[in-house]
Amino acid sequence: MTLEELNKIRLAKRELVAVRKVVQEQGEKLAAKTGYRKQVLVCGGTGCTSSGSKKVLEALHQALKEEKLENEILVVRTGCFGLCALGPIMIVYPEGVFYSQATPEGVKRIVKEHLKEGHVVKDLLYQETVHEDGSIISLNQTNFYKKQLRVALRNCGVIDPEQVEEYIAVDGYQALAKVLTSMSPEDVLEEISKSGLRGRGGGGFPTGKKWSFAKASPGEIKYVCCNADEGDPGAFMDRSILEGDPHCIIEAMTIAGYTIGAHHGFVYIRAEYPVAVQRLEIAIEQARQYGLLGENILGSGFDFDIEIRLGAGAFVCGEETALMTSIEGNRGEPRPRPPYPAVKGLFGKPTVLNNVETYANIPRIILKGSDWFASMGTATSKGTKVFALGGKITNVGLVEVPMGTTLREIVEEIGGGIPGGKKFKAAQTGGPSGGCIPALHADTPIDYDNLIALGSMMGSGGLIILDEDTCMVDIAKFYLEFTVDESCGKCTPCRVGTQRLLRFLEKITAGKGEMEDLDKIQELARHMKTSSLCALGQSAPNPVLSTMNYFKDEYIAHIKDKTCPAKVCNALKQYLIIPAKCKGCTLCAHNCPVGAIHGTVKKPHVIDQEKCIKCGLCLKNCKFGAVYTK
Amino acid sequence: MKQTNIHPFKGTPAQARKLQAAIQQHKDMPGALLPVLQEAQGIYGYLPIEVQTMVAEGLDISLSEVYGVATFYSQFSLTPKGEHQISVCLGTACYVKGADKVLEELEKQLGIKSGECTQDGLFSLDSCRCVGACGLAPVMMVDDEVYGKMTPEKVSTVLESYRKKGGKKA
Repeated sequence: MTLEELNKIRLAKRELVAVRKVVQEQGEKLAAKTGYRKQVLVCGGTGCTSSGSKKVLEALHQALKEEKLENEILVVRTGCFGLCALGPIMIVYPEGVFYSQATPEGVKRIVKEHLKEGHVVKDLLYQETVHEDGSIISLNQTNFYKKQLRVALRNCGVIDPEQVEEYIAVDGYQALAKVLTSMSPEDVLEEISKSGLRGRGGGGFPTGKKWSFAKASPGEIKYVCCNADEGDPGAFMDRSILEGDPHCIIEAMTIAGYTIGAHHGFVYIRAEYPVAVQRLEIAIEQARQYGLLGENILGSGFDFDIEIRLGAGAFVCGEETALMTSIEGNRGEPRPRPPYPAVKGLFGKPTVLNNVETYANIPRIILKGSDWFASMGTATSKGTKVFALGGKITNVGLVEVPMGTTLREIVEEIGGGIPGGKKFKAAQTGGPSGGCIPALHADTPIDYDNLIALGSMMGSGGLIILDEDTCMVDIAKFYLEFTVDESCGKCTPCRVGTQRLLRFLEKITAGKGEMEDLDKIQELARHMKTSSLCALGQSAPNPVLSTMNYFKDEYIAHIKDKTCPAKVCNALKQYLIIPAKCKGCTLCAHNCPVGAIHGTVKKPHVIDQEKCIKCGLCLKNCKFGAVYTK
Repeated sequence: MKQTNIHPFKGTPAQARKLQAAIQQHKDMPGALLPVLQEAQGIYGYLPIEVQTMVAEGLDISLSEVYGVATFYSQFSLTPKGEHQISVCLGTACYVKGADKVLEELEKQLGIKSGECTQDGLFSLDSCRCVGACGLAPVMMVDDEVYGKMTPEKVSTVLESYRKKGGKKA
């Protein structure tokens, strides 16, 4: 394919996709030019698919057929819109109205009443988009989207990821064309360096620097790798980008290849993401067919191709050297650095390895310029960051905000606050390698350096919100169980250290902790940080240290008072009976599996704390609300 | 390896042919072992020592190397799985919303621990780290079906629906 052909497709399809970005009159004018009166976008991401978007799509096609609207209404299956908790999600353009939790029955009504007769079905809309006076606002005006700035996610929920022409329509492969026709590798390097882009996978290493090292390394054969082994539990940014906009990764990797002088790329992706794998396979195939991947790309004489390698479920393979060892077909164990991958990486050759979200920014930086990118964010962290917002928060989903946005803005405005009127306690970032930010620091602008100063880290972008019902010692224990499971076992500080740390936490949550354990934890953590081979072991103590730092009173309550303030740790719970409420019905005593409840009929009963195994059956069975926990 | 005795290896010639084809397809590419083991697990459902031996011979590498890789990654299993594979997500988002209680209930109702298979071979139970459906937390999967917003109370209904269906082979 030539540049002219690329532009021809872009112009031919431009309006069709542009309809999905503007609303009301402007949108209607545009829609008239596309041949379709309306477009219905249905989310085909993993979240919505899990809540039944396939059935919704089938029902939609069926209903359109029945009403004979197939030629007037275009149905597009897109990637993730971000508001996963409200799935399956359906958006109708040019109105831009937003139907949440769609069902096959609801779809029938929408087709008949809205698409055919022109009346929006208000009772099926996302409630927040319907005002009390009955007026409707579009999706972009909701609290969830208003504060967001979508750069990496720009095409997610807009284009059909399985149609390369839709990607081309939104300026896809234009950055690659610009690089191949008018920029030298040095120009690209300078542009990326000037943008201030830093690695989005966790470490935050400057991308331009990484590329320049690999470019400077001598060698005929070099590699470009993409880390799509998103192992941080609770993070799904990379998955959503691959599912919603796979071509932007292909384009960015090709640009990286041109810059450092590589002709071969590998995407290492989790086998647990079947939808993402499939979309990427389709995208690679289409890119090859269109001459955007393979030999002589866009007639420039530059060759580049990409291969997919599936991970097999090992968290440590997110570490760069372990990832490459795994692609080589071995146990995914890390190796000491230096030599860094830029000098000696995959198959011993100079290699650039970036994470999915990092790549997703590249085409935009090339097209809009480094100044534009550097104008967003804080002094040391440029651009935007995608967060997977989860846990105890109303709007669970995917959000992209400029660096420097505060935690409070994300939790209260975008996230819609904590459900059930509970109190916001802390946010966990960086997963098993990160720490927590307590509510008192909620106004700190989030960027790489501020998070490190608070004892956490950016990580890949998992942002788990914790409320007053979460026990911080228990959360630390949860992460340690994870790292114990996932430690590869190669180096002793991590293999043994994580086990020892976990034992301390188990001891404390079992009510057997001693104050001196806290000092021992500190000392052990220090050794693990300084002597572990890779980041997994070096950062494994972070969840413990950070919770100890901000919530030491909870640790002390577990140790000295033998209580769990959040009432989570089973061993420290006490089940008690309020004598005034107890009618002596004996139901609890009959059901107690260990015979720990004593009393005579019609007289208040008592729970023997020595015998009680805290199973909670008495609480569950009491009809008078006489049992409570302390 | 105790369970391999309970479930003797019952590979068919057709499966062996499929495996040989997969080995031939990947043999010459660098880093072939992982993709071949993934195919093998897909063909047999697990990686008993007999299958690992075939892979080692086919790729001309030592059995210990195959075993090392097979035991390193959590995707690979050396023991057979149930007809229906249940997997409870214990990622952070699911954990803070009570996924551990769902797992506990499953263990209780199935009478097995996580990582085991029921006597009748109908169910096996595992936990996993994040399927990426955090919006629906807590989440469990039965085969490829995702069950979101789970509670211990919903467990028996889900199990019952699979018991009614019976095994895939039935």
